[in-house]
Amino acid sequence: MTNQTKPDSTAGSADETRRTFLKGAAAVGAVAAGTQMLPGMVPYIQAQSSAPVKIGFQVHKTGIGAAYGRWYDRTTKAAAQLINDEGGINGREVEIVAEDDGTDPKRGAEVVEKFAKQHQTDVAFGTLFSHVVIGSSPRAGELKMPYFVVSEGHHVASGGLNRYTLQPGITDVKSQVQSMAPWVADNLGKKVTMIFPDFAFGHDHRDFFSEAIEKQGGKVIEKIAIPPTEKSFTKYFPRIPRDTDVLYHVMVGPAVLTFVKELGEFFGGRGPQVFGFLDSLEAVDINSPGLEFLDGSYFWEGNPRYRSDISSDHDAFYRKAVGVDDNGASITDSKDIATYSHMFGCWETLHIIKAGMEASDYAGPKDRANLIEAVENIGVMPHSRAHPQGDKLFNGRTHQAFGHQFISKVGDGKLTPVHKTSIFDGYYPDETDYTTQKL
Amino acid sequence: MRADRALALHLAVIALLFGLQYVLSPYHQGNLARIMVLATYATGYNILFGYTGLLSLGHALFFAAGMYGAGMSMRYLDFPALAAFPAGIIAATLLAAMIGALALRTTGVAFMIVTLMFAQAGYLTLLYFNEYTRGDEGFVIPQADRAIGLIDLSADDTRFIAAWAIFSVGLLIALAIVRSKAGRVLVAIRENEERTRMLGFNPFPYKLGAVTASGAFAGTAGAAYALLFGSVGASFAAIQYSIEPLLFVLLGGAGVVLGPLVGSVLMFYLIDYAREVTTAYLIVVGIALVLLILFARKGILGSLRRRSDGWLP
Repeated sequence: MTNQTKPDSTAGSADETRRTFLKGAAAVGAVAAGTQMLPGMVPYIQAQSSAPVKIGFQVHKTGIGAAYGRWYDRTTKAAAQLINDEGGINGREVEIVAEDDGTDPKRGAEVVEKFAKQHQTDVAFGTLFSHVVIGSSPRAGELKMPYFVVSEGHHVASGGLNRYTLQPGITDVKSQVQSMAPWVADNLGKKVTMIFPDFAFGHDHRDFFSEAIEKQGGKVIEKIAIPPTEKSFTKYFPRIPRDTDVLYHVMVGPAVLTFVKELGEFFGGRGPQVFGFLDSLEAVDINSPGLEFLDGSYFWEGNPRYRSDISSDHDAFYRKAVGVDDNGASITDSKDIATYSHMFGCWETLHIIKAGMEASDYAGPKDRANLIEAVENIGVMPHSRAHPQGDKLFNGRTHQAFGHQFISKVGDGKLTPVHKTSIFDGYYPDETDYTTQKL
Repeated sequence: MRADRALALHLAVIALLFGLQYVLSPYHQGNLARIMVLATYATGYNILFGYTGLLSLGHALFFAAGMYGAGMSMRYLDFPALAAFPAGIIAATLLAAMIGALALRTTGVAFMIVTLMFAQAGYLTLLYFNEYTRGDEGFVIPQADRAIGLIDLSADDTRFIAAWAIFSVGLLIALAIVRSKAGRVLVAIRENEERTRMLGFNPFPYKLGAVTASGAFAGTAGAAYALLFGSVGASFAAIQYSIEPLLFVLLGGAGVVLGPLVGSVLMFYLIDYAREVTTAYLIVVGIALVLLILFARKGILGSLRRRSDGWLP
C-alpha cells in the first residue's frame, strides 16, 4: 500500500481538504490497482492457517437498539455467508462470534474484553449506538483490538477515540447533515425551524445543520429541544415561527408516531415544508396509522428503502442476500421493516475487514497493527457488491468514511429518491490525525 | 474473640482476592477488577440499605457524580488522575449529604420515590448540559491521562491492583463502621426507629451519615470506573445503575459486610452466562431472585449467618 497522505495543516476549507484528499486517494487508488489490492479484486493467497478468522460482533440484541440490532445481525450473517461462499478471508473461513451488549456502554466494554480474552477474536465490529462505542472504544484501544464501528456518530472523526477504532463502512452524522443543507436551501427554503431531542444526538443535528445552512445563505430561526422523556408535543408547536419555510425534525424513539400525529393535527393541511431524518422511522412502516401527515414531506435516507429507478444491480444483489424485498421489508414478513438506511454499513464494513486483512496478509492477532495500517490506506471504495450503497472514500487520518446520501419524498405510500448528494457535499476538514498515534 | 475472627475473615478475603490475579485467566482477572469496583459501590449501598434499612433508588446519581467529578475535572481543569480521583469522591459525598438532608424528611416508600426523583433530575441535568457533559454519549478519558506517576491505570495488572486496593479499603471501612457504636445505632434504627429515639438517640444525623457514607462509596466506585476503564457517560446515572447495587446486596445478603461482594460476583457471572444462552437474560435474573426469596430471603450470606451462630458482621 502507499504511504498515507499527510494532513494539510493549512487546510481552511472543505475544498482545500478535498483536493488534498483526492491527491492521496488517487495515489492510493493507482498503487492499489497496480497491486490488485482494491476491495473485491484481491486474489486469495494460500492460507497459512486453517483456523477461522474470528470476528467479534458486538450486537444490540436487547435494549433500546434492539430493532437495529436485529437487522444488523441479519446483514452481518448474510455478508459472512457471502464471503465464505467466495473463499473466506485469505483462504480462511469467517466465523462471526456475536455477543449482546444490551445497548449499554458498560456491557459494551465488557464484550470487547470478552472478545479479546475469552473468544480471542481477531477483530471486533458492528456497534451502532454512540454511547456504546464511546464506552467500548477505550478498552479496544488498550487491548489493541481493531474495533470497526457502524455507528454514524461523529465521535470517531472528532478525534475523541483512538487509532484502533475505525468507521469505514458508513458516513457520520456531521457529513450527513452537512450534505443535506444545499438541497434544503435550494428546494425547500432558507428559514428553518429545528425540532430535535434534547440530548447528544439531537444536539449534533442542531449544531451541524445550523452551521451548514448558514453557509448556504439560510438560517435556523428557531431551535426547539424536546426533553427525552416527553410524551406529548403539541405544547411545543406554537413556538414554530409563522415565517418558517422548513420544519426540520429528527425525533427518535417510540414517541415519534405521537409526534407526527400531533404535528399533523396542529398544522392541518397547511404548514411549512417538512424535512426529517429517517432515523426517526427506521424499522417503522411509512404507512403506519398516524403518519399520514408525512405525505409530501422529505427524508434523508442513508440507503433508499424502496427500490426505484436509481437502484443499482449491486443493491438488488445485496437486498436479496439480506432478505429484504423491494419495499424495504423482510421477504418473509412484510410487517418487519428493515433498518435499511444503516444496516448496509455492516455489510460494507465486513468487506473492508476482508480487504484489509488480505492487503496486510493478516495471519493472526500479531498482525493487527498491519491490519489497521492497511485499512487506513484503503482510500477509494468503488460501487460494487462489496459496497452496494455506493462508492466511498475512507479518510485514513480521521478513520471516517464519506459516501453519498439520498433525499426521498413521501408519496403513494412509499419513499421515492429525489436527490443523491455527491461524496464531497459531506466532506469536511480533518479534525484529527490518528496516524500520529502509536500502534 | 468474635471480633478478631470477623476481622481475620475479612483480611483473608482481601488476601484471597489479591491472590486470584495469579490464578485466573486474563478474562476473569479483568472481570474481577470490574466486579471489585461494582462491589465497592454495593458495599456502601449496604450500609444504607442493609444496616440502616433505608431503600434508595437514587444511588446511580452518586455513582455518576463520582464519575463526572473525576472525568470533568480532568477534561476541563486538567487535573491529573491523582487529584481527579478525590475530586470525584468529594463531589459525590457533598451531593449525597445535600440530597440526604432533603430526602430524609421522608421515610419508607416516600424516601424511595424522592431519591428516585432526585436521580432522574440529575440524569436529565446531565443530558441537558450536553455541551459540557456530552450527555448520553459521554466522553473518553484519554489513555495517556489515566496514570498516576509512572503507574498506568489502563494496564491490566495495575488496574486489578487499583481495583483491589479500593475495594479492600472500602471493605475495611465498612467493617469498621458496622462494628462501631454508630453502626449499632444504624442497626437499631433499622429495627425500630422510634425505640431508638426513646433510648436517647437522634436518628437523623445517623441516617444522614449513612446516606453520605454510601454516597461516598458510590462516588469512589464511579471515579474509579472513569479512571480505570476510561469512559464517562450519563447512562451511568440511569435507573438501572441504582437497581444494580440493590440486587447485589439482596443476592449476597443485606446487612452482611461481605454480602455485596458475593452478590456482585454471582450476579455478574449469572448475567454474563445467561446472555450467552438467551436474550431474555433478565428472566434468568428474575428467576434467581424468586428462588432467593423462596429459599434464602436474607440473601446467601444472610442465610448462612442465620444457620451459624451469627458472628458474621
